[in-house]
Amino acid sequence: MSAQARSRTDLLLALADDELALGWRNSEWTGIAPFLEEDVAFSSIAQGEIGHARALYELAAADLGTTADELAFDRPPQDYRCAPLVELRFVPDWARTIARHYLYETADAIRIAALAESDRSAIAALATRIEREEVYHRIHADMWAERLRASGERARFEAALAELWPLALGLLAGEQREQLCEAVSREPVEPVERGEHADEWPVLWEEMTMVRRSVPGASW
Amino acid sequence: MVTEERVWAALAAVADPEIPVVSIVDLGVVRDVEVEHGRVRIEFTPTFLGCPALEVMRERMADAVRALGAEPDVVVIADGGWSTDLITAAGREKLRAAGFAPPAPREATAPTLVQLERGPFRCPYCGSTDTRLENIFGPTPCRSIRYCASCRQPFEQFKTL
Repeated sequence: MSAQARSRTDLLLALADDELALGWRNSEWTGIAPFLEEDVAFSSIAQGEIGHARALYELAAADLGTTADELAFDRPPQDYRCAPLVELRFVPDWARTIARHYLYETADAIRIAALAESDRSAIAALATRIEREEVYHRIHADMWAERLRASGERARFEAALAELWPLALGLLAGEQREQLCEAVSREPVEPVERGEHADEWPVLWEEMTMVRRSVPGASW
Repeated sequence: MVTEERVWAALAAVADPEIPVVSIVDLGVVRDVEVEHGRVRIEFTPTFLGCPALEVMRERMADAVRALGAEPDVVVIADGGWSTDLITAAGREKLRAAGFAPPAPREATAPTLVQLERGPFRCPYCGSTDTRLENIFGPTPCRSIRYCASCRQPFEQFKTL
């Protein structure tokens, strides 16, 4: 595999791992969100993110001669490339959950727009499709960010944003970071780079892969 | 002999697993059918990438092709070539009659919260546009929840994709 192809596959895996881990974290609100409507919303968003992870894994799997399921569940935890932002467990903290949702969806839009310009047509086509679905995640995230800012919990929400901001920058690379600063009106800070995993990650990995590991090679 | 026409006719009888009143052809998700030497290649796209009905749809299409005595090859395509605008007129009417408001046409720019809140979305039961957004998300990724202030009925609205 050429160096260029390798870096493209690495990028697909980083994105897919982010979407899978965040999809998992979002699904933790199913049944216990502060409102019934948010139970439905976070469950649906989780399903959307995991669907995007699957499609991205499939593209990477074609390059690597493997399958989406093997990439999603059969790698050792240290081989995943997800950013620490998506690994953190926030249940039952709604302020941090919405802060991550808002920062992640804004950052995701920037990198998906860049992918839609990819010179590899399958990647560009998938990015175009993902963006049409992500728009609804973003409307939801923006709506909640607005709502918390206008609420009595504004200070708590702003503190969560400030805390997660260096992690959010770590989702992106290069000039995309400047675009994110502009999109969320924040000053650049030292990013927490992808590579080191959060303490919660091995626990999430354990849970996420448990069923598949219970019967190796089974067809579900 | 298997022809493309016969395959299309067979697929037109394959119901959507979640909304069985419409077929996968009504939804416009069958993108292409090619027949060559007894093999049938179907290109198909999910309505949403995370659609859990994907595998079931794929199996049902494969079964429909096998019933014609041919070997199926169902390929999933994920690109920008499909949108809810490709749901057929007959499909939209079947959705509406079953209580699902069909999707609004795609516009040049992406949907916004203001559009979802203020747009003239029509109640599939009474036809009123005095409806409000209850939840952008619904029981499946492709639907939102709205409420009709006129007939006081909540209903599911297809998202525009």
